Amino acid sequence: MRNHDEETLASMLRMLPAPPEAWVQAAQEIPLAQRGLDQIVERARADLAFREALIADLERALEGAGYEPDPALAEAVRVRLSL
Amino acid sequence: MNVIETDAQLVARCRAGDEDAWRELVERFSRYVFAIAVQAYRLSEADAEDVFQEVFARAYENLNKLRDDNAIRPWLAQLTRRLCLDTLRAGAREQAEESPEPAGSDDTIAQLDEAMIVHEALAALPDNCREILDRFFAQDESYRHIGEALDLPPGTIASRISRCLVKLRDELEGRNPASAQSGG
Repeated sequence: MRNHDEETLASMLRMLPAPPEAWVQAAQEIPLAQRGLDQIVERARADLAFREALIADLERALEGAGYEPDPALAEAVRVRLSL
Repeated sequence: MNVIETDAQLVARCRAGDEDAWRELVERFSRYVFAIAVQAYRLSEADAEDVFQEVFARAYENLNKLRDDNAIRPWLAQLTRRLCLDTLRAGAREQAEESPEPAGSDDTIAQLDEAMIVHEALAALPDNCREILDRFFAQDESYRHIGEALDLPPGTIASRISRCLVKLRDELEGRNPASAQSGG
């Protein structure tokens, strides 16, 4: 840290504006989304019909199972189940 | 003064599955990740949002692989840098450009690291100081707006900012870098 005069401190504070609140909230909700992902993967492994529905039309099957249509979730399911 | 949990303590709680700790971790580093994406790599808002979400998604997934819990900040910086470069490379391929790395990105990240130290000191200040300094400098709010939000006469804002900057300087100068590094 160079020096602590007012001008330096002010410029340092200016360098870190907050990102949009919605971005922060979405990142904070990652554990919730992850839990949803784990449930889907578990069910797909236990329920052959559900797995086949996911293979046939992933987004539709997820929506049918009550999940919000979310491209990130769909992609994560694809990766986890190697679809 | 507020007592602030160290990065290592916060990471340990996240690893133990404490979702409040995860929320706190995102809050603590969200400005840093955002600033790297938009200031060091000059990403568009849409690209910056994608990188921002991907950084935290990967961080959540790979937190167990972090070897030194105190190193969460450089780890996030590296992750952000890599994802920003991937984004820029994808754009450069479309435009047949060679090097997507913006000039001075390393210097900008070094400055952001210094800014994070100031921001950490800010977090240790009393709430009234923290809020007024953040609103004025980081959020670029006017005296009038701050006065309305905090129910203060606008004429007193400048002097309060000045007093809070002195407290911030005292907080920074009172910190012992050697003990902070070994604090765990």
